[in-house]
Amino acid sequence: MSCKPLIRVQAEDFDPAAEADRLTAGRKDVGALVSFIGLCRDDGGKLAALELEHYPGMAETEIGRIATQACGRWPLTGLTVIHRFGKIPAGDNIVLVIAASSHRRAAFEAADFLMDFLKTRAPFWKKEHLASGTADTWVKATEIDDAAAERWS
Amino acid sequence: MQIRYFAWVREKVGIEEETLDLPGNITTVADLIAYLKTVDDNHAAAFEEEDAIRVALDQMHVEADAELGAAREVAFFPPMTGG
Repeated sequence: MSCKPLIRVQAEDFDPAAEADRLTAGRKDVGALVSFIGLCRDDGGKLAALELEHYPGMAETEIGRIATQACGRWPLTGLTVIHRFGKIPAGDNIVLVIAASSHRRAAFEAADFLMDFLKTRAPFWKKEHLASGTADTWVKATEIDDAAAERWS
Repeated sequence: MQIRYFAWVREKVGIEEETLDLPGNITTVADLIAYLKTVDDNHAAAFEEEDAIRVALDQMHVEADAELGAAREVAFFPPMTGG
């Protein structure tokens, strides 16, 4: 089974439907497609936007490494990861992961795995712009995210 | 050696990147951090919480005991918060 991950790191928004179509177009072996979209939430009206800083080059490379691991671990027919950077207002998309496989279990698990490792390994940092206009603050990494990544080892 | 900083490490150091000629006795990432702390007050402040800082050598994650070897680029940044 071939799985050549499509990785994109970009400022622009993405089109989840178009990306899903790309993984199924012209083939009949895909039985399951799991897509995850991470959005910028406003935390009850407190947050105006997130500023996502990234390490150009390493961001693509590191997501590629995680995606290649997923392709080795599950029988995927395709895998797409798109991560945005720059200023993202509350309500907008941040990240898209779509895993395609013949069977649902592999697709669910691969998408879950990708997100856990993106959070702890991909070089992106979020800064919060608050609606109140008070000083911007860097989001702290959480132990919950670390624990989520460790459960795959 | 090219040194790059991201997120709050970048803000504390006050620059995005710099090129430094390192003394010959600096062979590991930990040696480099100890050296950078002596550069000026901004560097010292950035590396004060040393355990909170992550490192990449030529865009690969490494631990503080890693040898610098022939690496061209080292980057320092906080734990990642993407996704």
